[in-house]
Amino acid sequence: MKTLAQHQQDVPGKVATRWDVMLLPWVACIVVALVVHFASPVLVNEYWQNVLRRVGVFVIAAVSLNIVNGYAGQFSMGHAGFMAVGAYVAGATTYYGSLLLHGSVNDPNFYYQGIGLMLGGIGLGCVVAAIAGYLVGLPSLRLRGDYLAIVTLGFGEIIRVMLELTKGQLDNAAAVKDAGAKLLIHLNGPSGFFGIPSYANLFWIFLFVSVTCLIAYRIKYSSTGRALLSIREDEIAARSMGVDLTKYKVRAFVLAAALGGVAGGLYSHIGANPSPTDAGFQRSFDVILLVVLGGLGSISGSVLAAIVLILLPEVLREAQQYRLIIFALLLIIMMIVRPKGLFGVKEIWELDWFTGWFSGKRRERKAGAK
Amino acid sequence: MFTVAKRALATIGAVLAMSGSALAAVASADPIKIGHYGSLTGSEATFGQSTSNGIKLAIKEFNAKGGLNGQMIELKEYDTRGDAGEAKLAVERLCKSDKVAAVLGEVASKLSLAGGPVCQEAGVPMITPSSTNPKVTAVGDMVFRVCFIDPFQGFAGAKFAREELKAKNAAVLVDQAQAYAVGLAEQFVLNYKKMGGTISTEQTYTGGATDFTAQLTSIRSSKPDVVYIPGYYTDVANIALQARKLGITAPLLGGDGWDSEQLAKIGKDAIEGCYYTNHYAPDQPDAAVQTFIKSYKKEFGGSTPDGLAALGYDAANILFAAMKKAKTPGGRDLRDAIADTKDFAGVTGKITINSNRDATKSAVVVEMTGNPPEPKYVTTVTPE
Repeated sequence: MKTLAQHQQDVPGKVATRWDVMLLPWVACIVVALVVHFASPVLVNEYWQNVLRRVGVFVIAAVSLNIVNGYAGQFSMGHAGFMAVGAYVAGATTYYGSLLLHGSVNDPNFYYQGIGLMLGGIGLGCVVAAIAGYLVGLPSLRLRGDYLAIVTLGFGEIIRVMLELTKGQLDNAAAVKDAGAKLLIHLNGPSGFFGIPSYANLFWIFLFVSVTCLIAYRIKYSSTGRALLSIREDEIAARSMGVDLTKYKVRAFVLAAALGGVAGGLYSHIGANPSPTDAGFQRSFDVILLVVLGGLGSISGSVLAAIVLILLPEVLREAQQYRLIIFALLLIIMMIVRPKGLFGVKEIWELDWFTGWFSGKRRERKAGAK
Repeated sequence: MFTVAKRALATIGAVLAMSGSALAAVASADPIKIGHYGSLTGSEATFGQSTSNGIKLAIKEFNAKGGLNGQMIELKEYDTRGDAGEAKLAVERLCKSDKVAAVLGEVASKLSLAGGPVCQEAGVPMITPSSTNPKVTAVGDMVFRVCFIDPFQGFAGAKFAREELKAKNAAVLVDQAQAYAVGLAEQFVLNYKKMGGTISTEQTYTGGATDFTAQLTSIRSSKPDVVYIPGYYTDVANIALQARKLGITAPLLGGDGWDSEQLAKIGKDAIEGCYYTNHYAPDQPDAAVQTFIKSYKKEFGGSTPDGLAALGYDAANILFAAMKKAKTPGGRDLRDAIADTKDFAGVTGKITINSNRDATKSAVVVEMTGNPPEPKYVTTVTPE
């Protein structure tokens, strides 16, 4: 696993022509998505496939929040707010878009157009969430620690209450045409927006998952990533080295919000009925938990934590109401055993025990690094 | 990396093989599986647990009588934590992994709206014991309910306030975060005005709030004869305490969200003299009700069943009656049999399933009286 920077060292001066380095990862993303899409129906039943879709959504949520909370070390507690923005924008685009263009929702004859609407909606949700991230980020990123946490928490709660105050959902094409721009207030209030077709199958989910991981990975090992990590370690030192604090913080914030919007957009297309409570601090905590448990700054840590923490309650489902006690207990044990999260700031392939255990080339690698 | 993948695959394979053989072992005993999804934990935990108890009692009685021609009923039950996403997964698991014949649940309409489409798609009939939002059964022809819907409960509240309490002025205090509460309030206001009453003020709060002074002060100054609060029991109990402290003496009136032992435990004597519309009253002079209460108390250590337990019991019994009538106990045959339910004598009244797959039935009004306050049957309100 070489980083892009290492590749650049291998071929000095030829970065621009390394098409394999630039393109292969994106091809790999599509391959991963295809493999998951076609392998899972063979291996597991529909229920577990749906659990897998939920896992995918939370992987994106955790990896994106990791950019702010992990790399940049800014404690954001409003991630669910951005996710909800993405979820509602994307969900409403698909739902109302289908009604406007086709007159009904979830018609098999409208499947491919529906997929198009979903992708457009997710893109739109991503942009709107990014704008929201910029608006929240710019004034509030002068704050640090607890104070930033409070501001971002407030943002999530504002989104939640605004969604609660929206009016009932429209369910026929004529009403949608009449409503026009007023559609924005027809998001069905506290009961949540329902009836969004489940267009996000495993292919789409895991395409977005792998793309998100790729983006997060490339940022981490880029100059932006190093600047962010330096801000996290010591703001004064970072500034004295010429790192523009506000610029980089806002950049991290906007990117995390945008990817959070994507996670939300997918969430509303796996039949999960986005509701105002999904914007509340409870949901934000769920995501923070994944990031902290995986290790602040570790992409593979966030991914693994999301997989484990979403799968665990499902595996424990047989234990019914006691499962949450077992679940909480396991969390406590994990945090005691690995106080810096599963992997700390490192990635799984950077850990000695991993390379030593699985490749048997530990010494070789170490020698090579020198 | 590949070694990891291999190991992981081997583990997954082993786990799958084990669960597969476990399923096969169950299948050889050949009971009919039915599912229940409910909030066994979370802020509405008593709802889920009561419903669960009601269902379990019904299953026990049905199995004791020999089950369905000798086939026993087995319950698969999953917790939803009051979360829509969890509810959806729980129902998926019931329909697709456990392959249940029918699904019972949820209490909250929001969660039934998440679970309903799954049942519809899988072709598994679902009966919600107590989701009162009209949209729940509009999901598809596989989804039924055995309770009345919000509009009727709002109507029943308004009718009782106008005709029995003779109240002219009503204030409304509604939890804006609960679709259930908003729906009830809308229907109450609509019908109350139609019956010649006036609404003195409409105030809102958000569930889980602890201070209601601002809203209650405006309500006090509007001098209402009755205050309609269609919220859930924890909030209502707190509101009642603060209202009495502020000197509001008008009776409080609510809906079935009040129905929990916690209401009197938190609200104490502040809740005395208040009324709510409900699915049934424990002291109704009806033989079916009294037998149900007796066996419920025996089964679950003496506690009086609330309306949700009664509805869970009725939902399960309607399902069993339909299973007996149906050609095969599952799928569309079972669906048609449930849709045919007419004048079923349940604990919560005579239940007929109408063409919208909703139950046509009456509501009762109960009053909290005594020390400590307990729900006492006052009257029955029938549909127009």
